Amino acid sequence: MNILVCVKQVPDTNEVKIDEENGTLIRDGVPSIINPEDKIALEEAVSLKEEKGGRVTVISMGPPQAKSALLEAYAIGADECILLSDRAFAGSDTWATSYTLAQGIKQAGNFDIIFCGRQAIDGDTAQVGPQIAENLGIPQITYVKALEVDGKKVRAKRALEDGYSVVETTLPVLLTVIEGLNKPRYPSISRIVSAFKKEDYIKVWTTEDFEVDKTKLGLDASPTQVYDTFVPKNEKKGEIFEGSDKELVKLLLEKLKTEQVL
Amino acid sequence: MLKIFEDKCVGCRVCVTSCPFDALTMNNDIAVVDTEKCTMCGICVKDCKFDAMEIRKEQIKEKQDISDYKGIWILAEQRNNKLMDVSFELCSEGRKLADELNTTLSVVVLGSDIKEEAKELFAYKTDHVYIIENDELKDYRTETYTFVICDLINKFKPEIVLLGATHNGRDLGPRISARLNTGLTADCTKLAIDEERNILLQTRPAFGGNLMATIICPDHRPQMSTVRPGVMEKADPDYSKSGEIEEIEVEINSENIESHITDSGKIINLKSDLSEIDIFTTIKEIVKEAKASVNLEDAEIIVSGGRGVGSPENFELIKDLASVLGGEVGASRAVVDEGWVEKPHQVGQTGKTVKPRVYFACGISGAIQHKAGMEKSNLIIAINTDPDAPIFDICDYGLVGDLKKIVPLVTKAFEDLK
Repeated sequence: MNILVCVKQVPDTNEVKIDEENGTLIRDGVPSIINPEDKIALEEAVSLKEEKGGRVTVISMGPPQAKSALLEAYAIGADECILLSDRAFAGSDTWATSYTLAQGIKQAGNFDIIFCGRQAIDGDTAQVGPQIAENLGIPQITYVKALEVDGKKVRAKRALEDGYSVVETTLPVLLTVIEGLNKPRYPSISRIVSAFKKEDYIKVWTTEDFEVDKTKLGLDASPTQVYDTFVPKNEKKGEIFEGSDKELVKLLLEKLKTEQVL
Repeated sequence: MLKIFEDKCVGCRVCVTSCPFDALTMNNDIAVVDTEKCTMCGICVKDCKFDAMEIRKEQIKEKQDISDYKGIWILAEQRNNKLMDVSFELCSEGRKLADELNTTLSVVVLGSDIKEEAKELFAYKTDHVYIIENDELKDYRTETYTFVICDLINKFKPEIVLLGATHNGRDLGPRISARLNTGLTADCTKLAIDEERNILLQTRPAFGGNLMATIICPDHRPQMSTVRPGVMEKADPDYSKSGEIEEIEVEINSENIESHITDSGKIINLKSDLSEIDIFTTIKEIVKEAKASVNLEDAEIIVSGGRGVGSPENFELIKDLASVLGGEVGASRAVVDEGWVEKPHQVGQTGKTVKPRVYFACGISGAIQHKAGMEKSNLIIAINTDPDAPIFDICDYGLVGDLKKIVPLVTKAFEDLK
């Protein structure tokens, strides 16, 4: 079974703090990590390989420092890692990102299953997975929380807001996975050590190394643009009410109504 | 590329600290960008108080002719042929946007038996309701929905397409946008029109909610957004409004999909070549699950109780309010340690970190341990007898009084509202 996993290196957004005075982000000391749901994707790929045999390739698009995420992916059990890295990719929105990744994937081989995390914690768009599937012309199953692979058949539990659906399709397929599918393992120290001896476990591809239409890359080709960013105000009005119980409740309801919260 | 105007940069370092990607440094008191790291997110441009930074986008392709694209479309979502709430929320929001743009609002519904249900949409002042009924469209499936909707968009050319950011909407939206080669903004919480350029301003949380970003799609059509359910206000339905449902027929088999579009009386046939795809997924079953016992992390509303609740029996008051509001029950560590409530309900440093839209803290003093788990809640309402309780320092609204009397009154008030 030939398996591919898409991963993204992201800043750990749980560690980001806000400079309330300037209304800016403070990123000092924020570590870079493999996007958590991508780790679940990787775990599923590696355990599927262990069960059925085959090969796991990991692909990422990002700056050169994303290599450290790929080293971790290798240590978890990937056989080969590919980093698509070129200044031409900078500023890509999900449309341009998925085009670039899909082109890289075509170059990397024919895959039976492509795993992605549902969404990355720095963007939360959940768009790149389905857009890669569209670019490759293969079916997708998103929000996968349980998976069975039997020969060419795939059967997945797809989470819905109020339950789940059971979806079947045949390979090849792209799956986006969510928490609960598995428990990611820790990277193996011995694989980290062996990675340093083995130079070619990460391939870095620029636009010269795979086929891309250069008019479809990066900021310039991205249909969407950032128009404005701002830090959400967390002003606590801190209105304290005193009075009889009935008055208090009446005041509260009026407030909630004007604020349109309920 | 990010351009830094050296004559304007004063070396204040604001951009260096605010860059989430560590891409800016100072060299002789002038900001320098590491283009390997810069993702052109635009945060520095916004934060720079001296207009010393700019992101310049080059036009590299011929622009799409977008002048034909008119009108706003809502892709309504049905499950079991019942429209979801978010569809009505989108209609209400879409109406406002359509009025600002002086254009029409249309709703499209795919399903197998939805005509009656779809009539309700006219009460939300939509100009057109298009329905496409077919047994193959009964349940949402990526391929069939993408094909039919892309066909319709190519035919009708709406300038804006909105869909709910539900699991299905977030499966479908990206697929459509990739096929139509247009932009899509995920999970928007605010929409507006830029009056000068008549384009859609799509605002959404980014960076784990630490930042809000407004996104535009200036040169591609349609402009597409998925919109977070429960955020847009649903208008009061006006049943004096009615209209004629317009039906579109589609034939779907494994070979191809044909859509016959009834457009002001005319039958228009649209053919989609599906021969390339034998890629169908099959929905085997759809299962509704009883709500997970406690799901504080995803809860929109949490009603929490602390030691001030007084006894395990009184915790029923907390549960009653949570149930009326459709929320979850939370608790402080003190009462979990007492055994009044089970551990999965615990909010705080050693419990769960929550960020609901509304958090009620009842009889909770507001120890640091508890605050750590809930201070990022959107709106905090505190009820406590002690006016000096630290919880009042971080709340939006504080009621000084006895929760055992106040909470039942609040519960009753919301019951009456229903």
